[in-house]
Amino acid sequence: MVSEHRRAAGPSSGASGSTVSAREVAATVLDPELPVLTIAELGILRDVHDDGQRVTVDITPTYSGCPAMSAIRADITARLHDVGFADVHVRTVLHPPWTTDWITADGRRKLEEAGIAPPGPAVRPVPFTLSRRSPVPCPRCGSTDTLKVSRFGPTPCTALYKCTACAEPFEHVKAI
Amino acid sequence: MTAYDAIVELNDHTHWAFGTGFDDPLAGIDTSVLPGTDTAEQCLALGDDALIMSHRLAEWCTNAPELEDEVALANLALDLLGQARLLLSRAAQARANGETEDALAYLRAEHEFRNVRLVELPRGDFAHEMARLLVFSTWRLALFERLVDAPDPVLSAIAAKGVKELTYHQEYAAAWTVRLGDGTDFSHHRMAAALDAVWPYVDELFDSGEIRDGFDAAIRQVLEAATLAVPHVPGAARVAGKAGRDGVHTEAMGYLLAEMQSVARAHPGAAW
Repeated sequence: MVSEHRRAAGPSSGASGSTVSAREVAATVLDPELPVLTIAELGILRDVHDDGQRVTVDITPTYSGCPAMSAIRADITARLHDVGFADVHVRTVLHPPWTTDWITADGRRKLEEAGIAPPGPAVRPVPFTLSRRSPVPCPRCGSTDTLKVSRFGPTPCTALYKCTACAEPFEHVKAI
Repeated sequence: MTAYDAIVELNDHTHWAFGTGFDDPLAGIDTSVLPGTDTAEQCLALGDDALIMSHRLAEWCTNAPELEDEVALANLALDLLGQARLLLSRAAQARANGETEDALAYLRAEHEFRNVRLVELPRGDFAHEMARLLVFSTWRLALFERLVDAPDPVLSAIAAKGVKELTYHQEYAAAWTVRLGDGTDFSHHRMAAALDAVWPYVDELFDSGEIRDGFDAAIRQVLEAATLAVPHVPGAARVAGKAGRDGVHTEAMGYLLAEMQSVARAHPGAAW
């Protein structure tokens, strides 16, 4: 990729020749579907390796059919190019599969602040049950008096809820 | 440069089937070890199941009883389409003849598809879709739970990811089955009729000697809660003992492919 723009890079300075690390730059890319979170906070940024010539970034999809993967890939490449990393290779890793347990504490806080209820701990394997799962507290008023409207929301990773206490609808990131 | 620019300007994967900017779903995944023939056949069959089921589920867009269920069914279709792309890509790699997931999805003839007949049945009413989804997701979940230990690392990874998705699909179908079965007399009869219509295609799912105990137990649990009985109906007729996995399909399959493949066949190789 764009190798004619590659800068001279010493072994200690990384592929960009700058002091900012490739990991720090990649970690600032926002998730296109949940733009309150960075891909690092969402836990889909798995690894960043800078061998002084090339930066290799590993990401993992949240769901098999995640339509945001190519946008995320393009964002990472563009962001790294902007700060001087010319040779960027973004890889998809499927294993181990993404789990909502990888959403960081900061990520959970930001979700809540944006009115999206963060996931509880993921149980593996998910037991088959016909009974209601534990209640999801409303991210606005904190009430546990909430109703699931639909298991599936505007993105694959969220479900739709409404709060019967404050009457606000909200999204919830499903634990997987 | 914005992400949008990056997609539309720099990406040279202009390919009609994916739309601009979509990559090989296995891009970056270590695929240096090619799967054996058995794994290739398995990926093709499981990929075809997901592709055709996804197509039927997508038909519910603008047809579902409520907006929330339309969103749900589209989400399910998207998950399965994602699984199909991964599995068909893996199958194409194994065939090593230059074919891609596109060619497998859009340029094969009916007898070359290996999906079970359950997924190709025409869209019925909502109860019929829930009955089909309950059977399909319960069966596929049991299958994928075992495939997590598959010798092929790519198939194993696809299965591990799929298990999480299918768990939600099964839960969704089970909840609706209970709600309709244990609802009014009218909804109870509609749900029972739907199960009767789907059940003849269940035996075929276990043709390859897969273990059925887990499937039966989960279905029983749901149907008991739904005040419904496991249907006692004869299996659907086969042609000289052959069914979906052998490439022998029902009449509905040809119509489905005619629609699904029409753009690809009318404009071969077109980019957009």
